[in-house]
Amino acid sequence: MRNEVLKKLSEAKDFTLQSYLEFIQNKKLMGTRCKECKELYIPVRKLCTKCNSANMEWVEMSGNGELAAFTSITVGTPYFIEKGYDRNKPYCFSVIKLEEGPMVSAQLVGVDESKPDTIKIGMPVKVKFLESELKGETKIDLGFEPA
Amino acid sequence: MAKLARKVALVGAGMSKFGRMFPLKRNPDLWIDAWLNASENVDNGIEPKDIDACYVGNYSSDLFNHQGHLGPQMANLVGLTPKPAPRFEGACASSGIALRQAIIAIAAGVHDVIAVSGVECMNELPTALVTDTLATASDALFEYPAGATFPGLYATVASAHFHKYGTTVEDLMYVGIKNHANGAENPYAQMQQSIKQMMDSKRARYEKEGREIPDWKDEFDFLKSSSNPMIAYPLRLFDCSLVTDGAACLFLAAEDVAKKFTDTPIWITGTGQGSAALSLHDRDSLTSFIATREAARQAYEMSGLQPKDIQIAEVHDCFTIAEILAMEDLGFYEKGKAAEAVRNGETKRDGILPINTSGGLKSKGHPVGATGAAHAVEIFKQMRGIAERNRQVKFDIERALTHNLGGSGGTCVVTIYEK
Repeated sequence: MRNEVLKKLSEAKDFTLQSYLEFIQNKKLMGTRCKECKELYIPVRKLCTKCNSANMEWVEMSGNGELAAFTSITVGTPYFIEKGYDRNKPYCFSVIKLEEGPMVSAQLVGVDESKPDTIKIGMPVKVKFLESELKGETKIDLGFEPA
Repeated sequence: MAKLARKVALVGAGMSKFGRMFPLKRNPDLWIDAWLNASENVDNGIEPKDIDACYVGNYSSDLFNHQGHLGPQMANLVGLTPKPAPRFEGACASSGIALRQAIIAIAAGVHDVIAVSGVECMNELPTALVTDTLATASDALFEYPAGATFPGLYATVASAHFHKYGTTVEDLMYVGIKNHANGAENPYAQMQQSIKQMMDSKRARYEKEGREIPDWKDEFDFLKSSSNPMIAYPLRLFDCSLVTDGAACLFLAAEDVAKKFTDTPIWITGTGQGSAALSLHDRDSLTSFIATREAARQAYEMSGLQPKDIQIAEVHDCFTIAEILAMEDLGFYEKGKAAEAVRNGETKRDGILPINTSGGLKSKGHPVGATGAAHAVEIFKQMRGIAERNRQVKFDIERALTHNLGGSGGTCVVTIYEK
């Protein structure tokens, strides 16, 4: 753990989806690691499906990884349309392989979404928490950008 | 994998016209059309008194039509109440699951004859909400907030497949061109036009309207043009299946009673079902669906057949890339080799392994909960030699397979049929 605050926060948080999402809102990308067999999970899991143990601990991810797969979406979801994306302003959905091993889904930013040919699978990326103001509320989503 | 404890036969199959049928046809209307169509295909006829249960496959009438509890509703319309009428849900594999559960119930001796219903009416919602409803089959907490749409998830899979195996957008176009050519021969299909026919009608319309006539030199040129807009790179409109209203109906019977309905039953000799994490990121591979491999493994083992024994297949081409993955995951081709086979025409109607002679989800249409049962309808027709127009394959089919996928590969059902 990097600091005491995070340590306290982690100790207090049960291994639930809500805890994981609250970490994201606090700009922390947290995984859970099985204390028995050391298997790492992200997003959160309470039960280790490798060794059946329910003895987990929170671990913070470095936020570094590489692009495993992606798409540039021109016909988006209502949520992303609300964020201002459309046919003329596509966005990238991506699967990122973290340097710790597991993969996560996230928006990929800092690339030219309208020229997807220029986006290369395997390129190094780093985490970037994305803030948006929707209906007067600040929301933070997991994102990545080229490292 | 044990053999089925009792042999199960497909003794009749049929479907409604697929298309944008709402509001002229809603779930009950579509289902009755399918029921009547299937009844006509039972040689010696079938009546409600012959049937023990009605198994309904439906993905999301709850969201599409604000109507849950479809089982008894469908059963009642064809005179099957008060018999059991469960509903099965597994996204786009819903009626594949209903079919599999009916096979299991008959093999177990619980029922002798079951009517399997697959039904979905999607066009009651505007397109944006249809897309949103379909997205509920992906992971709502992790994929959806990252912007995933259904085409987007398959596009992501395509990007990984392109990267790993060198598959190209042209390869995907070959799949679409083939399936549209098949759909043009299917009177029940939503889009009964080949890509060439579509280009011609577009040219004719432009000429009539006094607009500049496009000079596409071939189908590929057309498919790379603005007439085929990008949906989720690298997938364009013509890589995506359709938003469809439709229903399909299958009659299954135990071997002890099958002869009452027909002298030439089609035997179901293998069934398998697999599952995987809902999220793509939570799986070992982005270029192969483990649920397909598992379902196929079970079905092959039960039937004692191997991939090379299969002569014709209907596979789940919700997107063109999905047909490529299915061809590989079902063991018809090595990983990375399916695209070349499509290019060589091996899976055309006159090829060595015809795939999606119905037109596939791409051209026949994809009323999601009805699709698994509709796969079986095409196999029934092809094995009986009664496929309409020029769609009937020219050789005698002894062994066939259907592949029904749910969501972005979270569920898969594989079924094997023999004469």
